[in-house]
This record gives sequence, C-alpha cells and structure tokens, in this order.
Amino acid sequence: MKPAPFTYHDPTSAAEAVALLGAHEDAKLLAGGQSLMPMLNMRFVVADHVIDLNGVEGLAGINNTGDALEIGAMTRQRDLMRDPAVAAKAPIMPEALEWVGHFQTRNRGTIGGSLCHLDPAAELPCLMAAYDAVLTVEGPDGAREVPFTEWPLAYMIPNLGPDELLTKVTVPTWAGGHGYGFSEFARRHGDFAIVAVAALLEIDGGNISRAAISVGGADVKPIRLEEAESALAGQAAGPDAFKAAGEVARQIDAMSDTYVTSAYRQRLAATLVERALDKAAQRAGGSA
Amino acid sequence: MADTRDIELTVNGESRSATVETRTSLGDFLRQALGLTGTHLGCEHGVCGACTVLVDGEAVRSCLMLAVQAKGREVTTVEGLSNPDGTLHPLQDAFWRNHGLQCGFCTPGMLTSLAAFLEENPDPSEREVREAISGNICRCTGYQGIVDAALDAAKTMREG
Amino acid sequence: MGVRYVGAEVQRMEDPRLITGHGRYVDDITLEGMLHAAFLRSPVAHARIGSIDTSRAAELEGVHRVLTLADFPAELQKPMAQLYPAPPIEHNKTQYPLAHDEVCHVGQAIACVVADSRAIAEDALALIDVDYENLPAVVDVRTALDADAPKAHADLDTNLMGRLGSKFGDIEEAFAKADHVFSASFMQHRGGCHSMETRGVVSRDDPWGDGLTLWTSAQSPYLIRRALAAWLGEPEERVRVIAPDVGGGFGPKAGFYPEEIVIPLAARMLGRPVKWIEDRREHFVSTTTQRDQHWELEVACTSDGRMLGLRGNVTHENGAWVPYGVLLPFTSLVPLPGAYAIPAVDVGLDMVFTNTVPNSPVRGAGRPNGIYAVERMVETIARELDIPPAEVRRRNYVRADQMPYATGALLRDGSPATYDSGDYEGLLDKVLELSDFAGFDERRAKAREEGRYLGIGISSCIEDTGVGPYEGTTVRVEPSGKVLVQTGAASQGQGHHTMIALIVAENLGVAPEDILFESADTGKFPHGIGTIGSRVAVNVAPSALDAATKVREKALKLAAELLEAAEADLDIENGIVSVNGAPDISIPLGDLAVKLAPMSGVKVPEGFDPSLEATSYEGSKGAPIASGANVAEVEVDIGTGEVRVLRYSVAHDCGVMINPLIVKGQIEGGVIHGIGNALFERMIFDDQGQPMNTNYGEYLLPLASEMPRVDIVHQESPSPLNPLGVKGAGEGGTIPAAAAVVAAIENALSDFGVVIDDYPVEPQYLCELIDRGMAQAAE
Repeated sequence: MKPAPFTYHDPTSAAEAVALLGAHEDAKLLAGGQSLMPMLNMRFVVADHVIDLNGVEGLAGINNTGDALEIGAMTRQRDLMRDPAVAAKAPIMPEALEWVGHFQTRNRGTIGGSLCHLDPAAELPCLMAAYDAVLTVEGPDGAREVPFTEWPLAYMIPNLGPDELLTKVTVPTWAGGHGYGFSEFARRHGDFAIVAVAALLEIDGGNISRAAISVGGADVKPIRLEEAESALAGQAAGPDAFKAAGEVARQIDAMSDTYVTSAYRQRLAATLVERALDKAAQRAGGSA
Repeated sequence: MADTRDIELTVNGESRSATVETRTSLGDFLRQALGLTGTHLGCEHGVCGACTVLVDGEAVRSCLMLAVQAKGREVTTVEGLSNPDGTLHPLQDAFWRNHGLQCGFCTPGMLTSLAAFLEENPDPSEREVREAISGNICRCTGYQGIVDAALDAAKTMREG
Repeated sequence: MGVRYVGAEVQRMEDPRLITGHGRYVDDITLEGMLHAAFLRSPVAHARIGSIDTSRAAELEGVHRVLTLADFPAELQKPMAQLYPAPPIEHNKTQYPLAHDEVCHVGQAIACVVADSRAIAEDALALIDVDYENLPAVVDVRTALDADAPKAHADLDTNLMGRLGSKFGDIEEAFAKADHVFSASFMQHRGGCHSMETRGVVSRDDPWGDGLTLWTSAQSPYLIRRALAAWLGEPEERVRVIAPDVGGGFGPKAGFYPEEIVIPLAARMLGRPVKWIEDRREHFVSTTTQRDQHWELEVACTSDGRMLGLRGNVTHENGAWVPYGVLLPFTSLVPLPGAYAIPAVDVGLDMVFTNTVPNSPVRGAGRPNGIYAVERMVETIARELDIPPAEVRRRNYVRADQMPYATGALLRDGSPATYDSGDYEGLLDKVLELSDFAGFDERRAKAREEGRYLGIGISSCIEDTGVGPYEGTTVRVEPSGKVLVQTGAASQGQGHHTMIALIVAENLGVAPEDILFESADTGKFPHGIGTIGSRVAVNVAPSALDAATKVREKALKLAAELLEAAEADLDIENGIVSVNGAPDISIPLGDLAVKLAPMSGVKVPEGFDPSLEATSYEGSKGAPIASGANVAEVEVDIGTGEVRVLRYSVAHDCGVMINPLIVKGQIEGGVIHGIGNALFERMIFDDQGQPMNTNYGEYLLPLASEMPRVDIVHQESPSPLNPLGVKGAGEGGTIPAAAAVVAAIENALSDFGVVIDDYPVEPQYLCELIDRGMAQAAE
C-alpha cells in the first residue's frame, strides 16, 4: 500500500503554491495529510504532483478581530483546541474537535484540509455551516471570498478552482454568553459521524433570540435547519421547542449508504438536534 | 526517474541524513533506511496507530507523513524512549509490570502515543486514558493491561 | 525443590525486547539482495479469466519478474492440497496458488510482481492486463442453497460443500414428551482476523542446495513445512519454516496460504530472497475469516424449564475455497450441549460455498457460535416460561457431581465426548456475586428515573481445549551452564517463552535468566503441531515438565556418582547440584554437561547417553473442558440505538493456572474480541461479492474508548488429563461474550419486547426493533 510516484513540491508562499497549481495539471495539495495520505497510500488518489503546504508562510494562525475569528487554513486542529481565543469566543469548536479523529491525527490535521476534503460527516464543515463562516480563496487573479453556503458544490466537492488555494476561514463569533451544544453519533470514538449536530443559541430572558442549527452527516453536505431556527426565535427555551426542532430535522431528505438508511439518519437527526439544543440552552447565559 | 530529496533530521537524538524518494512515508523511511524496525506499520491508512512516532514531541502517524516532511525535525521512535543507559521509560516498565502487551505489535505506537499524552496530562482518569488510546488498536489485550499500565506510569512519573 | 514459579504472576520474559522496539517480526527481516513482491488480486468476485498480459508490467524499470501460474514449472501448475481432509467434504475445492482459469472471490491472487521495492511492484500491478469474463456471484448464505442461486464455482451445480451433524440421544422421544417446544432462528456473524501484524513471508533458496527457508507470520510452521514440501515434491528437510515474533494470529494464521508457495518459488526462480508483506487491504480480502451462520433451532423442555432435546439446522458460510477442512464448522457443533445436561441433540449443518473470502477459524472458531446458540435457547425458555435466566441455567447445568460427564456425543476419533472436571453452577454463583447481580434491579430502577435503559445478561460456556497429540520440548544444559529450551510451538503473544521457561526453571532448578528459549523453527526442533484451539499450554506444559524432570534426574544421577552422595540427598538450585546440608559439596550443571559431552578421547560416563538433555512429547490425554460464566451489564440509548457495555464480569475455570497474569490477559483480550463480535465487527459484501469496508475506518474493531473493564474471578478445577491439571485459556473469554451482551440488550429493552435475531447488534437495527415495539405497545 504505497503511493504511486509523484513529484513533490514544497512552496514557501501562497503565491508560489498557486503558481505551482497553475503550472501543473493533476496536482494535489497536501495539508495535514490525514485524509490525502491514506488515499495516496491506497492509490485511490494518484497524482503526478503533490504540493506540500506545510512550509507555506502565513497560512497558520488564529486572529481574534473581536467579532470574528480569522483562522489560517493550515491551522492544526490541535491548535484550535488549545487556543484561548477560540475557547472564549467559540467554545463549541474545541468541543466539536474532540470528535475529530484522534489526538495524533489532530496534531497534523488542519481546518483547511478538512474543509477542502469536505467529507459530509466531518465535524468542521458542520460547524462552519452553523457559523456562516466565510472562506478566503486565493487564485492566480487574487483572492475571493466564499460564504459557507456556497462552499460545497456537490458530494465532497468544494467551490475551489483547480488553481485555487483556501487560505483563511473567517468565523463570525456570537455574543458572549451564547449557548452552544455539539451532539454527534458515531459508532466509535473518533469515527466519522453518522449524524452530527451543532447548535448555537442566544437566550434573552428565557426566550430564544437567535438560533443556528447545522446537521452534518445526514446529507451530502451540512444542512442548516433554517425552518427550525426561525421557529425557535422568540420561543421559550425548553423541551417542547427543542422537540419541535427535532421533528423538523426528522424531515431532512437524508441519504442512505452501505451502512445506514435515510430513516435511521432522520431518527438520529431528530434525537441529536434535541440534545444539542438542550445542551446549548443549559450553557446559555453563562460567562462564555 | 524517481523523485528524490536529500533530508537531514534528528532521530532519537542523533542527526541523520539520507536521500529519500519523496513518496516514501516517514514510517517506511525509519524502518527501511534507518533500520529502526520498532515502528510498526499496521494499516498504512492512519487508523491503527501502530506506526505512531513523536515529531518535535507531538505524536503523529508515521504512515501519514512523508519522510521528506520530517526534514529538519526531531523524531523519536520507540527505540528512543528508553534512556541511553538502557533503563526503561516509566511507561515501558509499567507495560511490562501490568502485562500491557501480548504480541507486541501495537506496543510501540501505544508507548509513543501515551508518552506524548502523559506529558500534557500527567494525572489522567481512566476515561481520559481510554480516549487517548482510542486511536491505537490492540487486538490482543482488550486494552485493560494497557490502561492499567498508563495509569501506573502516570503515577510513577508524577512521583518522579 | 527450588523456586516455585508455576502459579505465580511472573512478568513476561519476552517483554523487554518488545517494549524497546527490538522484536523481530517478518517485516523486520532484511536479507542481502532481497526483492519485494506484490500480488495482483481479483477485483471481481467471480469470473472466468481469459488472457493475462504481463508484458507491460515486466518492462517497468525495477521489475525483476512477473509470475502467473503459467510461469510455474509445469508439474507445479496444480491446486493446493487439502490441509485437513475429511469425509464430509463433498466438493474439495482448493485454490491454485495463482489463479488458473477462474477466480472465485475478490482478492484471489492472480499474479505476483517481484521488484526492487514494494512501491515499484505496486506500480507494475497497474500494468498487468487481465481479461475477466464476469460470472454471477453468490453471497448470501441464506439463499445460496436455493435452486436458482448462482453457483460459486462454475463447474459445480450446487453450492453445498458438504454436511455435518451432531446427533445423540433419542431426539424423537425428547420432543414427544416435552411440555413445551420453543423455536428460534438467528444469524451469527463473526468477523476477520485483524491481527495488528498482517501476514508476511520472507523466503530464500539456498544456492548450495540446502533448500528453502521461509520466515512467515504463522501459527503452524510445521504444517506449512509439510504442506509446502509435499506440494513441491521435496523432502521436508529441504524446507525450513520459521515463525519469528508474530504480531497476533487468532486462527487465520494457522493455515497454509498461496503466498507461502509463490514467494519461495519466486525466490528460487530469481535466485534472490523475496519479501512479501500483506497490506491491510489485502488482509481484508485474502486472509481467511469467519462470516455468517444461520441457525434454526427447536428446544424441547419441561414446564419447569428443563431441557430435554435440541434440534435444528445450521447454514454455514464456507467462502469460496476449502483451505482448512471442516474445522470451523465442526467446532460450531462441538460445544453442544454447552454447560447443560441435555439428553438428546440432533443438529445438522450445511457448509455452503459463497464467492467471498475463504473461511477458517477466528478466536474461538465455531465455539462462540455453538455456545451462542445454546444460550439463545436458554434465554428463549426463560422468556417464554417467565423463569429467571439464572434459574433456568441452574436447572439444566451438568452438575459437579456428574463429572466426568459424557455428553453422549462422539469425538472425531469415535471416543465419547466427556467433560473432565468443573463446577458450572459454582461459576454462576461466583459471577453473580462479582457482578453484583442482586443489586441490579436497584441500579436499573435508578437509571430509568433518568431515562436510561440498563440491562443485564448471563452466559455460560464450556470450551474443549488442548487437543493433542503433543507439542514437544527439548531441554539441554550447555557446558556454560546455560539451558537451551526448544519447542515447536509458535507464539503470537501468548507468552509461551515465559510459561515454558518457568516450568523448566522450576523443575530443573535453574534461574529463568539462564534459559535460552527457541521456538517455532523447523530447522531447530523437529516436530510441532500448531498454536490453535487453546492447546499449547495443555500440551507443552507436560512435555516441558517431563523433559526438565528427565534432565534433572540425569543430572542428579551423574552428580551422585561424582559427589559420592545418594541422589536423594541432592538438590539443584540456581544451576548447581549440591548435597543437602553440605552446600560446599557441589557441582554446577554446566560441569555435568561437559562430562556428558566431553572432548575427543574422553569417555562418556558409564551408563549415560551423551549430552545433558532430554526431549519429551508428553502431551494431552484428551481435551480438557474449560468453562465460564459471564455477566454483561449494558446501557442502551434508545435515542440512537447505541449500546454501551458498562461492566463485564467473568468467572472462569481453566484448571490450574500456570501464570495468572497471562491468563488474565487472555481472558480480557478474548472478552473484548467477543464484545467486538457482538456489537461492532461486520464484514460487508454487496450482492456482487464486493467487500465494502476494507479499511479500519469502516470495519469497526473494538477500541479502548468503548470497551469496559473486565472483572475476573477464577475457579480452578484441575484437569485429570495432564500432570499439571491445566486447561486452555486462550478462547474462553471470547466464546460466551456475544451471548451475554445480546441477552443484556434484550433485558434492557424488555419494555419494547425486543428479541434479537442477528449480531453484531447495530444501532440502526436496534432502533428499528425499539420503534416496532413502541408501535405495538401503542396499538
């Protein structure tokens, strides 16, 4: 199980990486390698060129702008979990990252790698959907910004041209004291989710003022439960409202695969939406 | 022509240099070019954890990293865990005392993973240990001897 | 007598190498000039093979040879032989080492590339062109015997490989006089090997005619020597097979594989050593495995739940080939009637070809299936008659005062199947106490207040262990005083080195660190059988004891002459023979060894054979029956269908324990393997025979994070069948586990009337049963 031969490139700048992408057909970008390397080893992916982003300056790091976190695409998942600004501004992120693989893979795996790989069951795309994150992509003609809703084009296909590079993810943060809950069902610790739910709530005087619910794993891309979100707005945070939101999740047009049926995914989505909201409500109002 | 690079790196405290084919994984490089066969490849797709080594002190899958990416880095393998005088790392000793291994194939990855884990978590609960090694598969022990060994080693290390 | 080791928790002697990275597994072996092999394997489950064009592959730089069957010497273009011929095999389908004109499962080897590196060999695989004419595939064991089912082999008009049965007592009478007859049908799925070390072979051919050497990751090197030599038509002395450190075996490494022919043949044809290391994907599709069994059973019982008879039929998936006789299906029926005195049994078993990976035993072999089936019927009786499951068991156990107990069944050699010793109800009492079974109702009620569903389940088992005839031991004292101990028995982590060395140390009177231990090398020890069926301790402990005792006696006899003392007054401690009470009058064992292996011109003492050594093949005088009673306590999340095993308790009886530390490790590992079978491991094939989950992200092995602690209490019923009273301990953890877990899940979900008819019990399946139960309750 060895990769097919390739030519290895290790650019030191984003511009150089973009230029390499332009110069070579059939090139793959190597970020943390926790998804690409297995596929190269198994020869599911055969590429003539591998462009290693690990030496590119300026692609890693977390910047707290006050109302957003700007996260470099090559920021390791481990560093997101350890970062105090992330813990303070977006505490759901370290909670969700506990579910991403194992600590050894998080030591290498990056946020950008996960978002470009775009496995429908991966946790980070689900989170970014909840946050309406904005992705910055650099190409030969400069940078462009892609709202997360426009990021997944199809199953595991991001809105990224063949000569483009994801450089930054901007996560608009929620008000201090917002509630958050991440609920996932995977068969084993560290497995890809069957269904995962990220829920964010702002609660004002017992009533929900703002809600975001994202469901991963149910469909080919993360789904925002907009209908449930607007129904929740103005309602008292409590079991009835959350159960109703769960029932919205049960209506998701979920996919079936070798392992589970759409009906089971719907059932899980209903359960997990309810649980994530409940968790979020319990945490809301605290000193986040 | 195979695509190759010259690399220099530090392995178990010794500086090494080699010409590597760029498609060669760090795991294969350590085993084949450096003869450090203590690192085992169990799945080559990053799940079993047997090939875990420390790169700049962080536990990583050596099957999911290219040798060329270890250029300039400090790599520690199971062979480098024990002291130069041959005395065992507290984890190695605890694995021995607690019957933390049977066939021994997953053991190097368990040891390197736990060495890194205990650095950051000197007083873990059993649950935390179990989650820490959830990325390391053992088919023989049922994990209990390993978990006991990790808790035992943590205690030894805390007590210095 | 010197230091006692047997019965003590001694740290393993093999560990210092293994914890420091100095083990020697097959892939660690590098030979001068060694080349690397990769196999082209069938991408389709069933096809006729037209042409194979290897010319492009052969031209790739770094490729030394591409082999197909046609490249073998003409006399070797033949199928492999049956390892375990058995009369029930009606269609003895064994494969060619490389495919001939038909491939019958995804993964079957077709061609082998030998190159400078494994990577180049893999590059070349993509350049081999094969014409496949697809044939229909049969996959589902439940429909494989239907008249219109596709046939797994193009030249057969049936998928029935053969039939087995277990029949004793008057079954008609049992059912005629029964108060109740209950039936159950269920699937059982057991997964693959998944030793963390895959298979692998390194081979070289001696240029001066000394024959082939194979280092192979194997459980039965002697079987491989015999099979390979026979297949080549060469003397066994020209084939040396070495099993170095082996990273787990669990059954599938006990066989003889195509690669163990192709790699040595390639080494011979190329005149260079060749290495092949199975990669993980190959392991999924080429290492033998277990898979599906469909059981349909009826139990006859009295109104108070006493079992009178058990009858039914099993459909057993065999996979595409018959590499290993009928051992796996046979062991599915051997456990009947389990721990119970059931007077009549009549269970038949159909062995069925499918276009999937060939089957052979995995930890426990068919025993977990057989025990699961019996325990299912016990649970059925308990549910139907509303008698507590523990009580049904008590009413049916073979009692301690019935030992030895002849079940009525006959073994393969025609002798009566007999339980040698044990106390099954005693085990139940112990495990109920260990698991705080009495406190469960309270735990359950408390959990229910929090909306959590707890359940508890019991399982009892027996295990036939330690079949003979032998695993021999040689003990030889060297002039240095070091003691060489050799055996044929291969270890895959069971701690044979420690066990055997300590028996020898204790009984010869030497320090364990003065023992040099060698095993599993046909060039060093002449005969061996294999590490299967929890048989090594039972067979090698007697031979180690016997050989050490013979050496001791020889040493004492010679020392008595030299020291002018009576043998009875001598003792051996730490390698020195001395007179009791006069320690200065002594002679080291090494000096005695010199006397018996002297320089030229010096006589061997009168009345002695040369060399201070002995070899023994004392073995097991039957199959000691180990036993166990387990309790699983689970929590089911009815929102997701997830099952968590909260605690798992084992009462286990493997007779006298040689090293309780090792026994504990065997049980813990075995239980977790069994829980993996019960909850996680499922090898999925689509209806075309394509394996769907050939990676560890999707084939779910048990991980530390989901597995419980295993609490163990021992009962020691010595076996009368060997001098140490030991029974096998390697599989007793696995065998009862699935039954206990499944019973616990049903118990947790009794409100919903959940009855499980398949394992692994997957969350989706459980949710469907829960929802069905809820809907029925609502009606």
